[in-house]
Amino acid sequence: MKEPLKILVYGYGNPGRQDDGLGVLLSEKIEEWAREKEMNHLQTDSNYQLNIEDASRISAFDLVIFADALQEDIKGYAYTPLKPSAKVDFTMHSVSPAFILNLCHEVYHKKPLTYLLHIRGYEWEFMKDMTPEARKNMEEAAGFLKKKILEYKK
Amino acid sequence: MGQKITIEPVTRVEGHGKVTIHLNNEGNIEQTRLHIVEFRGFERFVQGRPYWEMPVLVQRLCGICPVSHHLAAAKALDVIVGAGDGNDLTPTGEKMRRLMHYGQIFQSHTLHFFHLASPDLLFGIDSDPMKRNVIGIAAANRDLAVQAIMMRKYGQEVILATAGKKIHGTGAIPGGINKHLSEEERDYLLKGDDYMNIDKMISWSQDALEFFKDYHKKNKEIIDSFIEFPSSYLSLIRKDGALDLYHGVLRAVDAQGKKILHDVDYQEYYKYIDEEVRSWSYMKFPYLKEIGKKNGWYTVGPLARMNTADFIDTPLAQKEFEAFKAYNNGKPSLRPMHSHWARLIEILHSAEKIKMLLNDPDLMEGELVRKGTKRDEGVGLVEAPRGTLFHHYKIDDNDQIIMANLIVSTTNNNQPMNEAVNQVATKVMTGKKEITEGMMNAVEVAIRAYDPCLSCATHALGRMPLELSLFDADNNLIDRKTK
Repeated sequence: MKEPLKILVYGYGNPGRQDDGLGVLLSEKIEEWAREKEMNHLQTDSNYQLNIEDASRISAFDLVIFADALQEDIKGYAYTPLKPSAKVDFTMHSVSPAFILNLCHEVYHKKPLTYLLHIRGYEWEFMKDMTPEARKNMEEAAGFLKKKILEYKK
Repeated sequence: MGQKITIEPVTRVEGHGKVTIHLNNEGNIEQTRLHIVEFRGFERFVQGRPYWEMPVLVQRLCGICPVSHHLAAAKALDVIVGAGDGNDLTPTGEKMRRLMHYGQIFQSHTLHFFHLASPDLLFGIDSDPMKRNVIGIAAANRDLAVQAIMMRKYGQEVILATAGKKIHGTGAIPGGINKHLSEEERDYLLKGDDYMNIDKMISWSQDALEFFKDYHKKNKEIIDSFIEFPSSYLSLIRKDGALDLYHGVLRAVDAQGKKILHDVDYQEYYKYIDEEVRSWSYMKFPYLKEIGKKNGWYTVGPLARMNTADFIDTPLAQKEFEAFKAYNNGKPSLRPMHSHWARLIEILHSAEKIKMLLNDPDLMEGELVRKGTKRDEGVGLVEAPRGTLFHHYKIDDNDQIIMANLIVSTTNNNQPMNEAVNQVATKVMTGKKEITEGMMNAVEVAIRAYDPCLSCATHALGRMPLELSLFDADNNLIDRKTK
């Protein structure tokens, strides 16, 4: 019997800043689902933002899905393959998923299949509650991701 | 015809900053300014909220150093719940918080050195920007990149063990802490496998210092001469003069090392420090009242802490501190690039402190919280990775916040960052009509020596791209660079 793919769903953002926490909430939803379905090959993680140590984290998986809120106008959510990149921002207190993937290739010589799940957000104030539209997007994205995860086979 | 150069970060939410450099008709630097749009909506937002929410609520400010805000808020609330002004927590309460704080300093400084500073040192300030990061390091020296990743990871594990979770940690509460360290957590951090143990962290911290010192020997013009200007320095300091990143009294010294703020109780910081508003910047300019607005500005952060401290109470870091002091002839170092050196000494100090704490039985047992007679006002300060962080709250009879004032490290460093930008711009941009990558990065290197957190000052959710524009005296755009 084939071993199932080792999958990581990693949501990032600040749940104290309204829709910025969409990725984190999605990761919690998937965690709950994985527990219910006893899917031991599926793990989740979350943080305020990504940083270099996450290269070590993702190196242990076959498939990685980064989930993040997006301000740009997309239709609910978007699921796209991720390409590695060495591009960084000015102060580099956080880094992009593409940078993490690149670092994982360079340091650990591991190339997990990696996707980015962007979820459309609308408000970013100091509030805990997400906007209803963003929550709806997140629910739809979670539904989509669950189906996708069930489709992935070794 | 004069020119104006603008370096402008654009962020996802409300915050942004920029550098403007004004050239005169002869192409000489006439004026430079670093603008950061400081957003203080948070102080208004928390009004009306119950005070006990603050240590978690303040983590909404910024996901980059949430632990510093968490601890500064908790310290202010210790005063409000009658648990004293930082000296009266239970041994477990204080030591668990210290462990969390040293974990934060360790991981933050590690990121700065390996990901920000060392690529500039390894590859040069004007090298390919795609190479000037930890991926470039990985290609040149894989072991160094692994060290960077594992040291970061170790610091994060310390935070997780003490704060309880990665996001919106709840460890520090008014009057103490909400958990002990478990035996499993202690053993993992003390003697974990796969590099994850404190002895390896200490050893790697020493290696990083040796790497820097070797570079310094061969590149004195960058480390010693790239930027140098007189400044005063301010930090918390333990009452006996030791470096203390978690608690103490406020000390400031001038450029000669003479005390100008004499180890005062920070509960009354507002008697000694004020903030000036300038028409051209949204970020305030803190200054020492006794010296005045013009000359009372000061630097905070690792370099300031080396310059104010009399000694360090851990043996390996003390030895490095002595070498640092000797190199500067016992006087304050006025060279912002020495911040990297100071940061590495603090990494080593934090690792030593973590080891001492992990071996302390108080972390695994004992009373967690202390309370006393409630007060309606409290101030909490910590030495955050980037420098002194102030939290000040007042509450009403219903336990609701009626006043909040936060002075973040980046705000404290407003004037020194402006001074550094001015000096570097004068050096690399005088007479130039085009912005090169090297020029842009030289200005960035000057700013980055202070490790500013624009996200913290602007509440900008961590995105900090940079744009540099060049204008003539009539505000016509001549050149623009973005990264």
